[in-house]
Amino acid sequence: MKKAVDHTKPKRYGMVIDLDKCTGCGACMVACFAENNIPFKKDESEKLLSITWMRVYKLSNKKKYPDTDICYLPRPCMHCEGHEGHSPCVSVCPATVTDYSTETGIVSQIYTRCFGCRYCMAACPYHARYFNWWDPIWPKGMEKMLSPDVSVRMRGVVEKCSFCYHRYQRAKDKAYVEGRPDIEEEEYQTACTQACPARAITFGDLNNPKHKVYELKQDPHAFRLLERLGTNPKVYYVSSREWVRKSGDNYLRHEEPGHIETKH
Amino acid sequence: MDSALIPKGVKRCSLGKFTLVIAVAGAVLLWGVYAMLLCWIKGLNQTNMNNYYGFALWIWADLAVIALGGGAFFTGFLKYIVGKDELKHIINYAVLIGFICYSSALLILAIDIGQPLRGWFIFWHANIHSMLTEVAFCLTCYFGVLTIEYVPLVLENRQLNKVPFFHNLAHNMHGIMAVFAATGAFLSFFHQGSLGGVAGVLFGRPFGYREGVFAWPWTFFLFTWSAAAYGPSFTLMCTKILEKASGKQLVKDNVVDLLAKISGWMILTYIIAKIADTIYWALVTAPSKGHTLMDFYSNNPVYGIWILVLEIVIGGIIPAIILVTPRTRRNGYLRMAAIILGVIGVCANRWVMVLQVMAVPVMPFDFWAMYYPSWQEVATTILPVAYGIILIALSYRYLPIFPQEPELNPVD
Repeated sequence: MKKAVDHTKPKRYGMVIDLDKCTGCGACMVACFAENNIPFKKDESEKLLSITWMRVYKLSNKKKYPDTDICYLPRPCMHCEGHEGHSPCVSVCPATVTDYSTETGIVSQIYTRCFGCRYCMAACPYHARYFNWWDPIWPKGMEKMLSPDVSVRMRGVVEKCSFCYHRYQRAKDKAYVEGRPDIEEEEYQTACTQACPARAITFGDLNNPKHKVYELKQDPHAFRLLERLGTNPKVYYVSSREWVRKSGDNYLRHEEPGHIETKH
Repeated sequence: MDSALIPKGVKRCSLGKFTLVIAVAGAVLLWGVYAMLLCWIKGLNQTNMNNYYGFALWIWADLAVIALGGGAFFTGFLKYIVGKDELKHIINYAVLIGFICYSSALLILAIDIGQPLRGWFIFWHANIHSMLTEVAFCLTCYFGVLTIEYVPLVLENRQLNKVPFFHNLAHNMHGIMAVFAATGAFLSFFHQGSLGGVAGVLFGRPFGYREGVFAWPWTFFLFTWSAAAYGPSFTLMCTKILEKASGKQLVKDNVVDLLAKISGWMILTYIIAKIADTIYWALVTAPSKGHTLMDFYSNNPVYGIWILVLEIVIGGIIPAIILVTPRTRRNGYLRMAAIILGVIGVCANRWVMVLQVMAVPVMPFDFWAMYYPSWQEVATTILPVAYGIILIALSYRYLPIFPQEPELNPVD
């Protein structure tokens, strides 16, 4: 059976995360682990060796009581667009393992092609890329609970958030079978978005005016992490608190930097 | 017992003494091989690298040995292309050191990657935009050139040279060595440069990032220049070490003086360019990303402004002044001090461009990441040193590495 293929407008999938709503519960991290077969060890106390595609950072305004304030900042892969798709990690990968899709705006990672040079990790200022220092070992019986849609990664390769790309593929397949040219907003949502009890995370096509993210990213309180570097990330944050917004980038003294915490 | 293999007209230590040296270096080598096998069999969890330190001691060692091995390409360039004929008395040793450095670099890279069996993917799935791809191609090709340059030396062994085919092959290879020297210089320009570009293109890492020309950041040119500058100094340092170990003068003073002078002028011009680059980076590049210079040198237990002083003043300006001034250059102690300071300076530069790039926090709420290597990393980094000592010992004993040795040390 052959169907006509509709060439829809290129998408730019992205997120808007409302930091005033985030409670730091970590449900997004847990959902991400379960959805993407993320390996873990018995001892995860050394966080620099943990794999957390979605990681929640704790920020503080570093002021004393009663002015003290904190903020939780969920950090997935930013799926940077850089300048015309030259995101920091894509251009450096020597084996074309990682790629920027102009169709979806998603930065992919081919695990079976990665040979573990870790140059992409050095290039990513968000520390969104993780190396498999060990072979994944699942507790007995848990291997039966792994998602069949996401390949399990082996020792010695780099992995990262894919914006649950398998869900996009599944939604595309369904639309194709049903003869629809495109997928609807609710048909493709990431696991972290759906798991967030506070509805702090909104996901969709940043180019599509019908998607919620299109309007949310235009909020005057919206900002992106490290915009000054030119990474052109596709994850937006919103906060009504000025110190939180200023924590999203580096500022010189005369540029009035916000008060930030260096520990988390 | 092995006298038939030793070149004519020179004297070597007893076989027993030689075997002892090889045994000691061999023990260190085996320790390194054991650590290397652990890394290959058990994986990179044997290291103290982590998700903040994707690049660490090995990549520094890689960059450092390649910079120090730069003496091979630059001395070859000076002898065969520029026509500095006096350097023919040290070129063999420069090639040997280059061969050791580059083979070590390739071995370190093979240990450093998470999936060593997929190492060939860098050639098969090559991304032409990546500096590392350029490094891999040029490094491998240049190692091939160095092998071609080293083979005729091996064939000049007394016994091998008796075989007419080997004799003629060595003779003919020497005849066309200028072609390989030119090829080596061309390849070295690119891989030394692309190693500099590895950190220079990281626009997400303001400490390493530099502007530049077309696809090449300034670090591309600075790395090539510094390898050409400090590489000959390292060749001279190794020569002095071997002279001390053998108790003999192996190269005439005029040759040492010439190479030291060239190295000095190269260091001087390099360090001027490096200072200009640092000033522009500190006043323009870093502030445009929201950083001051001192952001990179404060609030951490290790990286103070001292490292910039070590790299530029102690390892750059001081050796440059000593080596370009005839009076100080001709003083053996001062010359040696300058050479050692220069080697430390270029190693510090490579350390900064690898380790400090990883350490500096970029997100304002992030922290300085500190790292110390595991014993497996240290052992595998020392492995090339032991391998180098063994190869130098074997080559010195059985091959005519230093053409002036018989004249300087006549055998009764």
